[in-house]
Amino acid sequence: MRTRTLVVLAVLGLLLTSCTDGGGGPRGVITLRFQSLAWQQESVAANKELVKEWNAAHPDVKVEYVQGSWDSVHDQLLTSFEGGEAPDIIHDASDDLADFAYGGYLADLRGLLSERLTSDIPRRSWEAATFGGGVYGVPFLQEPRVLIADAERLKKSGVRIPTPERPWSWGEFRTIAKRLSGKGTYGVAWPLKEPVSATLNLSLSAGGRLFHRGPDGKVTVRFGAADAVVPKTVHDEVNTDGSASGATLGMGGSDTLPGFFGGRYAMVPLGFSYRQQIAQQAPKGFRWQVLPAPAGADGLTQGVSPQTLSVAADSPHKKEAAAFIDFLLRPKNMVRLALGDWMLPTGTQALRDPALHTAKDGWATGTALASHLRPAPAQSVRGYPEWKDKVATPAFQEYYSGAIGLAELRRRLVRDGNLVLARYQR
Amino acid sequence: MRTGKGARAGQYLALLGYLVFLGFPFLWLISTAFKPARELADLHPTWIPRHPTLANFRQAFDEQPLLHAALNSLLAALGAAVIAVLIATPMAYVMARGRTALARAATGWVVVSQAFPFVLVIIPLFLILKDLHLIDSRAGLVMVYVVWALPFALWMLVGHVRAVPAELEEAAAVDGAGRLRTLVSVTAPLLAPGIVATALFAFVSAWNEFFFALVLLKTPQKQTLPVVLTHFIGAEGVADLGPLAAASFLATLPSLVVFAVIQKRITGGMFAGAVKS
Repeated sequence: MRTRTLVVLAVLGLLLTSCTDGGGGPRGVITLRFQSLAWQQESVAANKELVKEWNAAHPDVKVEYVQGSWDSVHDQLLTSFEGGEAPDIIHDASDDLADFAYGGYLADLRGLLSERLTSDIPRRSWEAATFGGGVYGVPFLQEPRVLIADAERLKKSGVRIPTPERPWSWGEFRTIAKRLSGKGTYGVAWPLKEPVSATLNLSLSAGGRLFHRGPDGKVTVRFGAADAVVPKTVHDEVNTDGSASGATLGMGGSDTLPGFFGGRYAMVPLGFSYRQQIAQQAPKGFRWQVLPAPAGADGLTQGVSPQTLSVAADSPHKKEAAAFIDFLLRPKNMVRLALGDWMLPTGTQALRDPALHTAKDGWATGTALASHLRPAPAQSVRGYPEWKDKVATPAFQEYYSGAIGLAELRRRLVRDGNLVLARYQR
Repeated sequence: MRTGKGARAGQYLALLGYLVFLGFPFLWLISTAFKPARELADLHPTWIPRHPTLANFRQAFDEQPLLHAALNSLLAALGAAVIAVLIATPMAYVMARGRTALARAATGWVVVSQAFPFVLVIIPLFLILKDLHLIDSRAGLVMVYVVWALPFALWMLVGHVRAVPAELEEAAAVDGAGRLRTLVSVTAPLLAPGIVATALFAFVSAWNEFFFALVLLKTPQKQTLPVVLTHFIGAEGVADLGPLAAASFLATLPSLVVFAVIQKRITGGMFAGAVKS
């Protein structure tokens, strides 16, 4: 009995000892916490290397790399902000920033960033991180949606191969998808588990905006002919032509890859970074190529939510944090980050780097699309998340599966949507 | 009542079906962990990897500090299990034996407290821990796990205490044993399986817990295994499937081992020694 008691006490002692936390760093040294969402092997390595380089060159401002995750970043940041324990430098996506920016959790970066960085990133990219006149993040990586195609099947079919200079129109795309379809095979697979952002972002090519801001600053939803081009193409491919697989409507991008490699689908619209998975997983000898997404009345324009770097409003070292961001986003470093994430940098100098213009893995095609990328239409609209979850997602899902028609889709997006938005704009 | 052969066969078949249903995700996880990247994206996946590889395990260990995270999880889970049981056992005894209005109210409160969602408690909890300087501290995390496990542990143990016949304690008293002696020599051994089961519950729930660990621990060196596992998941749910499966497989092993070791004590120990010789 005594031995047992001693063992229990020893275990408890051990636990308490291990629970004691160590002290801080040397006096006079500023420590910044940088929470990165990099997750791919090369990307994590690139981020860690850059942090190491910074620390080697700046003994008085130490940056500590903290690994975050895309899956839970919003909740984790919200709690950290509320508790005043947020990381100093925050990696996130621009469509997640609105609530934090309006909530006063992020520092307005105007005046903190160097002229070099400010002028290197195009205005259209800055707009993605601008809320109510303030700039709350530095947009640094972005990815267009592209068509990843089975090169052999495309070649055999004899269809015209689109280029960024001569893309397919949406009508042409529909015809070609039909031509590429066969018995048990489909011309295209639309992975639309999250149908809203994909639809809205691609709709910009046809001139569809859906959200319209009035002179009073209030936003309303309108669904015109331009807004219907992309949804109608998807709907008709699935329900009329049989050129798109209905089964993939509920899938994520990765889920469609086995079918793509197995010859079931000739093309899959995916984010540019999916190339990394494709390069890694494609069977030996499988030839794939990157094509620009179809163009509409507004050409190749499409919406994106760039990845951003922000500084917490509570950080006592905003200037140092901004200096680290400036270092991280020097053109050469931005290229390293972009290559690690298989994405495009926003910086104009970085975009000129030859490594991003090679034909291999479709880099050149993607880079050619960079100037057509615009902020996602809805990201600064307050109430958008609720509209998306409660109204738009079920409406698009039902429309794409053929359960409702275009008129019903319009009615739900507009009437129900405006009711939701009105609550946020009183 | 006798069971016919056909009915018995049906029972076994149902049991087998249930086991397959339960085992499928785990077996698929193992299969995935050993598949090379190309096989993961095969349109016709196979149970047995055609070209089994350890590359996913190597990559998982290269990319993330899995061992360190596992040690953090182990410390947190062991701490939570030991402390929760130490606190819950005497409380459960009082609640089970004392049939007062207070004991009934306490039981009701325990049940209600199980209905609170994480998001409801996390911000107040965060602020309290901040005032106590326990944010980003393993001790703070253990404290939260204990508090979180306590209601259910208490509920479980109350049931176990009630299952121990009060007559045995009365008999011990008749034989001249004092209150403490009765508790230590009669009640505690009979309660052991329940205590082990409760500890196991507290251990597993802390081992698997993600959200508290995510928001409370800032320093990378302190992160627990479930938090580190999410680092294999990218934007829009894209996952590095092979390494994720490999790491998840390793993460399930400690729970399985603990279950395997303790299982006999839970089932076999019940009422052992209850018969007075």
